[in-house]
Amino acid sequence: MMVEQRRWLTAEEFNEAYALCAILPGGNILNFSVVFGSRIRGPAGALVAIAGLMGPPLLLVMIVGAIYAHYGDLPVLRRMLTGVASAAAGLMMATVAKMMLPLFRNRAVIGPVIAVATFVAIGLLQWPLPLVLAVIVPVSIGIAWVRV
Amino acid sequence: MKDGGTLLTLASFFAVLSLFAIGGGNSAVPEMHRFSVDVQHWLTDRQFADTFALAQLTPGPNLIIVTLIGYHVAGVSGALVTTLAMCGPSGLFAYFVGRASDRFKGAHWHGAVSRGLVPVTLGLTASSAIVIATTSDYSWAAAAVTLGTALTAYFMRVHPLWAFAVAALLGLFGLI
Repeated sequence: MMVEQRRWLTAEEFNEAYALCAILPGGNILNFSVVFGSRIRGPAGALVAIAGLMGPPLLLVMIVGAIYAHYGDLPVLRRMLTGVASAAAGLMMATVAKMMLPLFRNRAVIGPVIAVATFVAIGLLQWPLPLVLAVIVPVSIGIAWVRV
Repeated sequence: MKDGGTLLTLASFFAVLSLFAIGGGNSAVPEMHRFSVDVQHWLTDRQFADTFALAQLTPGPNLIIVTLIGYHVAGVSGALVTTLAMCGPSGLFAYFVGRASDRFKGAHWHGAVSRGLVPVTLGLTASSAIVIATTSDYSWAAAAVTLGTALTAYFMRVHPLWAFAVAALLGLFGLI
């Protein structure tokens, strides 16, 4: 919509901004809305973009939270939410499996090693995220830098 | 429990997390679980899984889970504090990097960063999957839903809302 209908960006600008946001911390869409908003109208644009993105969900989810606080113990709701969470876990597993293919096909050992190390540290050992990433991210980027 | 101490704890935790959530909201899930369930005991495992499910169902970015956690802990002020803390630092960072990126277009480091982050994001997503699975798969039926969804989504394109609808119906009819 942004490129074709409203012509706010060219396709190239969109791809470039999107690729940039993918490597920044935080939500991809959130970052993109900031970058996009600031390109259009500077700081005010960025703020408006964030407000537009997060505002309605913020209100909506607070209502949802209030309903959950009152009715969350109902067995039927419990079961339904468990179903959704279980399905979400399954979707993430499928995503991981699909992401694994190109990484493992690459035949370079370091990618899988880093992925497994991250998984063990965060998913299994449950170490604090900032500590783990402070070590693993520079290592991974450093290796990627050197290998090209 | 709306005292300033709690709000400060929420704000400082999520502000830091904001800068480490590489790969987006889902990557931060294990850390959110560790802090809110294991460290602060603000939620039980079940409540965390429920909160995650509600965030997935609500339209908008999945990051909205932080709002729910904040709301659960400290009502409306908690919700606002966590949302601002989670979006602020990374948003500011994105703002400044976005402004400067003209100088970096096509730079060598961009590719290295991008390639370097791929295996890390992969590990983080897998971690999220295991955390959500272990907090919500409390029965064989629920585990079957996880496995079934994983297999289906791997071999076919599955829209998340369809998967959720089916799973919710299974729950509704007592099959989970």
